[in-house]
Amino acid sequence: MSPSRRYTKTHEWIAIEEGRMEGAVGITDFAQKEVTDVVFVELPKMGKKIPRGGEIAIIESVKAAFSIYAPAGGEVVAVNHSLDGDPGLLNRDPYGHGWICQIRVNDPSELESLMDDKTYEAFLADGGGVPGHG
Amino acid sequence: MNEKTTPVTGHSGSGSSFRPAMEPSLWKLSREQARGVRPVQDVPEGAVKDLPSEVLRKISLGLPEISELETIRHFTRLSQLSRGVDTHFYPLGSCTMKYNPKVMDRVPALPGFFDLHPRTDEFAMQGFLGALWDLSELLKEVLGMDAVTLAPAAGAHGELTGILMARSYFRAKGETGRREILVPDSAHGTNPASAAMGGFTVRSVPSNGSGHIDLKALEQALSNQTAMVMMTAPSTLGLFEEELGEVVRRVRSRGALLYMDGANMNAFLGVLRPGDLGFDIVHINTHKTLATPHGGGGPGSGPVGVKAFLEPYLPNPRIVREGKEFRMVDRPESIGSIRSFVGSSGVLLRALAYMRMLGKHGLRRVALYALLNANYLKKKLEDVLPVTGEGLCAHEFVLSAKVLEKEGVRAIDIAKALLDEGYYAPTVYFPLIVPEALMIEPTECESRTTLDGFARDFRRIVERARSSPDELHESPSKTPVGRPDEVRAARDPILTDPLRPSLFPPGNAQNG
Repeated sequence: MSPSRRYTKTHEWIAIEEGRMEGAVGITDFAQKEVTDVVFVELPKMGKKIPRGGEIAIIESVKAAFSIYAPAGGEVVAVNHSLDGDPGLLNRDPYGHGWICQIRVNDPSELESLMDDKTYEAFLADGGGVPGHG
Repeated sequence: MNEKTTPVTGHSGSGSSFRPAMEPSLWKLSREQARGVRPVQDVPEGAVKDLPSEVLRKISLGLPEISELETIRHFTRLSQLSRGVDTHFYPLGSCTMKYNPKVMDRVPALPGFFDLHPRTDEFAMQGFLGALWDLSELLKEVLGMDAVTLAPAAGAHGELTGILMARSYFRAKGETGRREILVPDSAHGTNPASAAMGGFTVRSVPSNGSGHIDLKALEQALSNQTAMVMMTAPSTLGLFEEELGEVVRRVRSRGALLYMDGANMNAFLGVLRPGDLGFDIVHINTHKTLATPHGGGGPGSGPVGVKAFLEPYLPNPRIVREGKEFRMVDRPESIGSIRSFVGSSGVLLRALAYMRMLGKHGLRRVALYALLNANYLKKKLEDVLPVTGEGLCAHEFVLSAKVLEKEGVRAIDIAKALLDEGYYAPTVYFPLIVPEALMIEPTECESRTTLDGFARDFRRIVERARSSPDELHESPSKTPVGRPDEVRAARDPILTDPLRPSLFPPGNAQNG
C-alpha cells in the first residue's frame, strides 16, 4: 500500500510511510496545471539541508519560474534525475514518476499540521489560497 | 471577423486571413561578395605581423554579405512587422508603455550633449553636469526624497543599488544580523531577485483575500533579522496598499528599512510622494514614468532617491553643486561605482526634457489621466471578466479569464486574439497570484475613442470565447507567426551556428 500524502497550502505534497522518516516530495496535480508545461526543473543537491518552508527546487514553465518549498524540514536523500531529461513527467504524473526528491525529515510531527487528501480538496474548492475576485 | 486594417502590412495580398510573410534572417539574405559601405582600412598594412599565430583567425569572419539597400529594406520590413506604441495601442500591464514625445529626442541630440566625450574634464561639461543636477533636484521633489543618484541603468539595477545601500547602512551600524528582506507576493518579480543578488535571504509575505498585504503575516515575518521590506506601490494588482500607514509603523518599529519599487510611479506623479508615505528608498523607471524609450536593447534608467541618513552610501561619483560650479565627487562611505560614468546620459536628458516640458501641473495631470483612463477601461470591462480587487484601481487593473475554463479558453487565447484586432497584448499570467491573469494598463496617453474601441473588441473576443472557442485557439491569423510551440522550443531548442553549420545539423535537436 502506498503511503498517504500530506499537502501544503503552497501545493506541494510529501508522502511518508507510517513510522518512517523518509519520503518523496512533489507538486500537486492542481499545481502542475497552474504552472502549465514544465520545461526545466532545478533539483536540489543530495545532502542539502532545508528548513521547513525553505526553497527545495525551482520549476520553470513557459509561463514563469516557481519556487517549490519543503513541506517539512530535513535533508535531501534522493533526487529524481529523470526530470532532467524529461521535465514533462511533472505534468504527466505529478504523484508518481514526477516526484522531485526524497527528504529525511527532522521532526515527523511537522507533518501533522499539513493537510490530508480531504482537507486539501476542500482547500482547493475554497479557492486554494488565491485572492478572491471582487 | 473584424475587417479593421492594421498597420502590419506585408508584401502583397489583403483580406482578414492574410498572414504577412516572416522576414528572413540576414544570413538567409546573404549573397557572396555583396557589399554595402566599405570601411576605410585604418590599420596599416603589416601591422598585425607580430601577433602570435595561435591568436590569428583561421576561419572566415562569417558576417552576412549584403548591400546597403538590402540592409535598409530588411530592417524597414522588420520594423513594419513589429508592434510598438507608435503603431498600436499597447496596454502591457505594469510596463507603462506610454508615448515617447519625439521632441524629447532633440535634447540629447544637441551638439553640446551629443559630441561630449565621457572623459571630458568637469569644467568643460558644466552644462551637461548642470542638466543632470537639475534632473536630480526635480526627482527629489517628485519622490519626496533628500538625495538622488542617476546612475542605475534600469529599475532592477536601482533595486540592487538600494539593497547594497541598505547593506552598507546596517554594516556601519553594526547590525550585521539583519540578513532578511521581506517581499510581498504582489511585488514585482525583480524585487526578490535583486534582494538575493545583494546577498540577502528573501522571505515572501502573502496577500490577503482582497489583494492587499496580510498584516498578520507581515508581523510574523518581521524580526530583528529583517533588513528591509520591499513594497511595490501601487501593487502589481493596481491597488493602493490600504494599510500602508500601519505597514510603515510596524516596519519602523523593528528598525528595518522600507523600500518602494517605484516602477508604478505613473499613478503617483505629482499626487503622492514616496518620501511622505514613509519610504526610505525608492527607484523610478524613467522609461516608464518619464516617457523615455523602452527596451529595444537600448539603455534604461532607474534613478534612486533616499532619505538623508542614507545619502553617504549613494553610488560614486556624485554630482554636486559648489557655488556656481558642478563637480563629480567620490565619497568614502559610498557603495562604489555601479555604472560607467554618470549613467544612461541620453535617457536622463530625455527625462529632464519631459519633466521640464510638462512642468509641475503637467506631471500631476499625467497621473490623474493615467488613473482616469485605467478606471474608465476597468468599468467598461468589469462585466466582461472578473476584476481583482474592489473599488477604484490605480494605473492598471487585473482581469481573470479563469471563468472561461469550461470553454477551454485561457488568458493566452484572448491575448492572441487581441493581436488580430490590431492591439499589442496585455501582460498575461502576471501577477502570479491571479489565475489566468490579464493585466491592463492604458496609460494617460490614449484617447477615449481608443479605449472605447479596445473595450468593444475585448468584449467581442470574450463573447466569441463562449460561442466559438475553437476560433480563438486558431488566432492570431494576421501576424507573421501564429502560435509558436513555446513548450517544444524550451524543451528541444534547435540551435544553429552560421559559422559552424556542422556543429548543429539542421533538424537535429541538440538539447533534450
